Formats: sequence, structure tokens, C-alpha cells
Amino acid sequence: MSNENTWLILGATSSMARAFSRAVAQRGHHLILAGRDMADLEASAADCTARGAPTARALPFDARDPKSFEGLLTAMQAQTGTLNCAVFVGSMPAQEAIDADPTLITGTVTDSFTGPAELVQRLAPMMEERGAGTVVGVGSVAGDRGRLGNYVYGAAKAGFHTYLSGLRNRLTRSGGHVVTVKPGFVDTAMTYDLDGMFLVAPPEKVAQDILRACDKRKNTIYTPFFWRYIMRIIKSVPEPIFKKLSI
Amino acid sequence: MSWKSRTYTGWGRVHSATSDTARPERASHLSRLMAEAPAPALGNLRSYGDACLNDGGKAIDMLRMDRILGFDPETGVLNVEGGCTLGTLARIFAPQGWLPAVMPGTGFATVGGAIANDVHGKNHHHMGSFGQHVLEITLETPKGKEVLTPGTAGFNATIGGLGQTGVIQSAKLQMLACKGDVMMVTERRAENLDAFLALINGSTASYSVGWIDATAQGEALGRGILEEGETGAGLVPAAKRGKRVPFNAPGFALSPPIVRMFNNAYFRRVPAAGRTTVKPIDDFFFPLDKIYDWNKLYGKKGFHQFQCVLPLDQTEVLREMLKKIARSALASPLAVLKRMGPEGDGMISFPMEGYTLAVDFRNKGRAEDLIAHLGDMTAQAGGRVYLAKDALASEAQIRSMYPNLNDWAAEVAKHDPEGRLNTDMTRRLNLRGPK
Ligand SMILES: Cc1cc2nc3c(=O)[nH]c(=O)nc-3n(C[C@H](O)[C@H](O)[C@H](O)COP(=O)(O)OP(=O)(O)OC[C@H]3O[C@@H](n4cnc5c(N)ncnc54)[C@H](O)[C@@H]3O)c2cc1C
Ligand SMILES: NC(=O)c1ccc[n+]([C@@H]2O[C@H](COP(=O)([O-])OP(=O)(O)OC[C@H]3O[C@@H](n4cnc5c(N)ncnc54)[C@H](OP(=O)(O)O)[C@@H]3O)[C@@H](O)[C@H]2O)c1
Repeated sequence: MSNENTWLILGATSSMARAFSRAVAQRGHHLILAGRDMADLEASAADCTARGAPTARALPFDARDPKSFEGLLTAMQAQTGTLNCAVFVGSMPAQEAIDADPTLITGTVTDSFTGPAELVQRLAPMMEERGAGTVVGVGSVAGDRGRLGNYVYGAAKAGFHTYLSGLRNRLTRSGGHVVTVKPGFVDTAMTYDLDGMFLVAPPEKVAQDILRACDKRKNTIYTPFFWRYIMRIIKSVPEPIFKKLSI
Repeated sequence: MSWKSRTYTGWGRVHSATSDTARPERASHLSRLMAEAPAPALGNLRSYGDACLNDGGKAIDMLRMDRILGFDPETGVLNVEGGCTLGTLARIFAPQGWLPAVMPGTGFATVGGAIANDVHGKNHHHMGSFGQHVLEITLETPKGKEVLTPGTAGFNATIGGLGQTGVIQSAKLQMLACKGDVMMVTERRAENLDAFLALINGSTASYSVGWIDATAQGEALGRGILEEGETGAGLVPAAKRGKRVPFNAPGFALSPPIVRMFNNAYFRRVPAAGRTTVKPIDDFFFPLDKIYDWNKLYGKKGFHQFQCVLPLDQTEVLREMLKKIARSALASPLAVLKRMGPEGDGMISFPMEGYTLAVDFRNKGRAEDLIAHLGDMTAQAGGRVYLAKDALASEAQIRSMYPNLNDWAAEVAKHDPEGRLNTDMTRRLNLRGPK
């Protein structure tokens, strides 16, 4: 088997995904950039090509439309070498918006968990067949404990974390690997105008952490690393106390 | 699209501004912003004074619009978004044999900022300014999208136009072929101004820049080191980059005796017979970028840079300026003397044929008086002050230096009729005003 690598990037318009795509492009890996804004994906594909990707293509992907998954699966199957996938898709409507319109829950869960999970689930057999490949799943520290401020988003991420741990259990048997990524606050479009942000990391830092985790076959990373300790404290607060807090 | 209040300063850190700032990551967001709430662009805030400030107004941070949209390795034509830094372009393309045709002294300047100030580099005497290598500009104006090409009034008002015609979403640039990503650098000492000017005038190198000891007086007045460079191929270990200054330096860090001592040592570092070394390109082009935020070395109050260009026959004015600067004991070690070639097409671009002098001053009351005086001397000598560095010039000074200002303002008004793109600088100097 050749030592070529292809990365399918889901949610490639996110600035975190952009930084990660650039980093793998620099390593000379092929890229398939998937998302909804084709004009923007084309721009990123050109950028990745200039930075060293032998090929970089933009393809449509909508987490809420499983029909859009077919094209991606076909494109991945056609690539030679190792197949990898990184999931950056996610949506975080304000909790108040969800409180006002609970039907938003379905979309949030689809974007952040079930949509990409369905696609990855269909990619998994191809990876097993080739006996290699890495799946990166971007979850969130918000998935570690339900909080007043964003518990629907947090619940979707928690579901995704659990899915990833099961998938890791499965893929490891055939030589594949799964990295669960739990970012803290990252300076992206999602958080640009939110109040109360602290210790905000640039997307490039997160991308480097993810890549290092792939190289070292880490299972779950917090990025930046100190969020592991922050979350350990938050998780250790007894529920009778935690339920009264608004952090 | 979301706006967030941000407080920021120019590189000199003397003035600050607070603006509701948006940070588009894609072209469609930028278009929407400009349709809803047109605002001036911010690049990487490497302008020293108030060119990049819009206090109390809105601003569009372009740093996330930073992608390479296409590159033709046959012709060296690059299509790139306005927020991409020139250092990034050098890093990616030098190993492939191409460099941005013009690079200022910092790799952190963005393509948009480089166009808006029509920046010059160490090869101005051969290659002219940044705008002379721009093939096309895609502009978002308050009136919609425009594509500008050389030879048009809109283009010439945009090159060096301080962002007043619109936000540069992307541009096509003609890159310059280079031999590789190292520089052969020759340094020669000149013991006084006349010797220095003779060295500069005799230089045939592709890249050249002079470091001048702005503290030297008497016999040594105007002494300095001429640095000349050619690109080359080879292996030099990459320089360690990204050191940070942890805090604002105390006032004495750049006090006169320390600066004099430093300059003396810096001058003597180059042997009297000169020397040639090989350096990574970053070290030659962007020597100061190694310390990410060296501007903090000037302490909390910040600093000013004065940069002017004087016509070739005004060397006596140059000598007078150096005397005044040395006597003031206000200068920092960062002082540059360079010969510039003929001017380009930007209606209010800075570069013109002559000698350009740039000196940093700590922000003290006396420095402001000195800079005002140097500005008058420049105006009388038929020279220009560089707006990218300026925070102190007067409207009258600038009007006498930039005779095309009214034509420029008329052209700008076609793109931004309501003046939505005004900045602290354009207001201070009334650059767009009816006069
Ligand atoms: C250490 C150092 C060395 C330097 N050396 C040189 C030198 O050798 N030669 C030289 O010419 N200059 C030099 N400069 C000045 C610097 O190159 C210019 O100020 C340049 O414009 C900075 O680019 P920026 O991206 O930081 O723009 P900013 O400073 O953020 O903005 C400058 C102007 O450009 C406009 N602008 C920025 N982006 C856009 C856009 N996308 N569309 C429209 N308008 C835009 C802004 O509105 C503003 O008017 C130096 C600066 C430093 C700090
Ligand atoms: N920023 C943080 O502080 C932070 C912290 C922890 C975790 N995260 C996670 O990091 C990931 C990247 O987020 P970000 O911060 O970079 O924010 P972002 O810019 O909002 O990225 C979200 C991405 O998901 C895509 N997406 C949303 N719904 C989709 C759908 N139905 N179909 C296809 N794509 C869809 C978006 O595409 P469009 O461009 O088409 O909208 C975008 O590419 C997300 O999973 C987020 O939850 C972020």
C-alpha cells in the first residue's frame, strides 16, 4: 500500500478546520474539504494546494441532509492510501433561543453529533478494509457536564464523545484510531462576539495540538491542555452544589 | 454578522482607538458587512500612527481573510486575500523561487495594508513600490464590489490610498523570481554622512538599506552601515522566532547614554573592511520581527517614527536634520537611511526619488516639537512625510507635500461618497475634506 494520506474535513469552513487543513496540507496530504459554503471551500482548497497539498477539492456536505454523504463516500473510496476524517461540524444556538423554540434541539444534535456520526459510520468499513486511518472528532468541554448556559449543545457533544469512544474501541482492532478533541474557548466565528470568554486559544494552536495527538495516537485531548484540569474541577463539584451554580 | 468593541493602537502605541469591530472569515461575510455597515479595514496594525485607527466608529479586521486563492508557477502571478501577511507569502513561496516583489521591514504587514500604504522595501531603487506589482484589486466599497486594474483612476487612488476607496478583499500580485530562501549579505561601514551617501549612490545590489547612527555628532555625523543583499539558494538553519517582550520596558531602557553605547557597539560590530554573511531571508527582510512585540521596549507611553523622503539634491537638509536629531538626544537605535527610485502611480503614495530617513523617538514632549520641525524642513525641501508612520503632521504640511490630494479625494468620493471609510488619520489631516 502507498503511504499516501487523504483527509476528509467535515465543516471545513470553520477557522479551526482551516488551520488544521493547512497543517495537513503542509505535510503533503490530499484534502477533501466538505461543507455548505462552496465558494468559501473553493478558496480554502486553493489555499491548501498552495501550501503543499497534492490535491485539495471542495465537496458539498450538509449534516442535515444524508443524501449529501454519498458524494463524499464515493470520493473517499476513490482515493488511494490511508483514509482519515476530521469532524469540525457543530452548531451552538444560544440556549435562550432553544428555550424559546425547543425544535432547535434536533438541528443542534444533528449538526454536532448524529449527522457527522452517520457519515463516519459509513466511512468506517473503508478504513477497516485498509487497516489504517485516523478519525478526529471535535467535541467540546461543554460536553463534560451539562450547564445552564448551553446544555443542549453540551448534550449533543457528550453524545458525540460517547460515540467516538465506541468507534475508537472498534477501529483500533483493524489498525485505525480515533482522537476525541475537547477544545476550551477558541477564537473562531462561533465565539467572536460572546461575552465572558477567557483563556481563548487561537485556532492554529488547536490545530497543532490535534495533529500532535494524531501522531502520538492520543485518545482524548483537551486543547489547550489546561482545560483538562479546569474540567476535572468542574466535574468534581457535587451535583447538589453544582445545580445551584451558574458558571 | 457580529460586531465586538475592541480597543487597539497603532504600532507606536501613542494613540489608541475603540471601535465596534467585525472579523469576516469569508468573502461573502465581507460583502454583507460592507452592504450593511461600511467601515474601514484594519490590517495587522503595523502602521505607527493613526492610519489604522477609527476611534468611536466601526472597523473591519481583515486578518482572517488570509487565503491564497491561486498561484501560477509559470508566471509567478498570485491571487491572494487582503489579510494574508507578506511574511507568510515569503515563507511559502521563497522555497519555490518566488518572493513578493516588494517587502517592507516587517513580515506582519498584510497585502491590504501593503497596498493601502503603497509600501516600499529594500529594493525600491530597482523595483519601485508595492503597488507597481499589483495586477488587479477586488474591492468591496460602500457601493458594492469593484475590480480595479492598473492605469485607472480608481486603481491609482487605491494604491497608497489609505483604504479610503474600499476594503481590499483580494489582489493579484506579480511575484518576483528569486534564487532561493537565503540572502548573501554584505555590510560596509561609512564613517560620516558624505562617505555614507557615496556608498549608497554607488550601490548596485538588488537589495540595500542603511542603518544610520542618529546619535553620532561632529566628525561622525551621519555614520552608518550599508547592508546589501542578493537572494541565494542553500541551507541555513531557520532562525528561532517569536520571542516576546514580557512587559513595558522602564523609561531608562532607551535613555541617551544607553542608546549611544548601543549604537557605538552596533557600528563597530562590522569590521572596517566590511564583511559578507549568509542569512535566512527573514533575518534580512524582517530583522525586528524576531521579537514579536518590540514596540513595548519604548515603555507605556509608546514612540513615534518620523520618516521622510528628500529629493536627491537636498542632502544639506538631510545633514541639518541629522544634526538636530543628534543634538536632541531623543533618537533610538532604530534609524534607517535609504535611497529611493522614481515614484509610481499612487496619487498620494509616499515614495519618490530621493533619500528616505526614518528615525524612532520615544514619546516625549520634546520629540513632538522636533518632529514638527523636521516636518517643516521636509515640506520646504520639496519632500514628503510617510503617512504610514505619522501621527503628528499638520494638514498644511501634508497638503504641500501631496499636491494630488484634491484629485485623490475627488476620486475616493466616487467609491465612498458618504465618507464611511474615514479614519482618525483622514479626519486629523482633513485628507478627504472639501478644500
Ligand atoms: C517594524 C516595521 C517596519 C516597517 N518597515 C517598512 C518599510 O520598510 N517600508 C514601508 O513602506 N513600510 C514599513 N512599515 C510600515 C508598514 O509596512 C505599513 O504601515 C503597512 O501598511 C502595515 O500593514 P498592516 O497590514 O499592518 O496595515 P494597518 O497598519 O493595519 O493599516 C494600514 C492602512 O491600510 C489600510 N488597510 C489595511 N488592510 C486593508 C485592506 N484589506 N483593504 C483596504 N485597506 C486596508 C488601513 O485602513 C490603514 O489605512 C514598517 C512597519 C513596522 C512595524
Ligand atoms: N470556538 C470554540 O470556542 C469551541 C469550543 C469547543 C468546541 N468547538 C467546536 O469546534 C468546532 C468548530 O467550530 P468553530 O468554533 O470553528 O465554529 P464555526 O465557525 O461556527 O464552525 C462550525 C462549522 O460547522 C459547520 N456546520 C454547522 N452546521 C452544519 C450543517 N448542518 N452541515 C454542514 N456543516 C455545518 C459550519 O459550516 P457553515 O460555514 O456552512 O456554517 C462550520 O464549518 C465545532 O464543532 C464547535 O462546536 C468550538
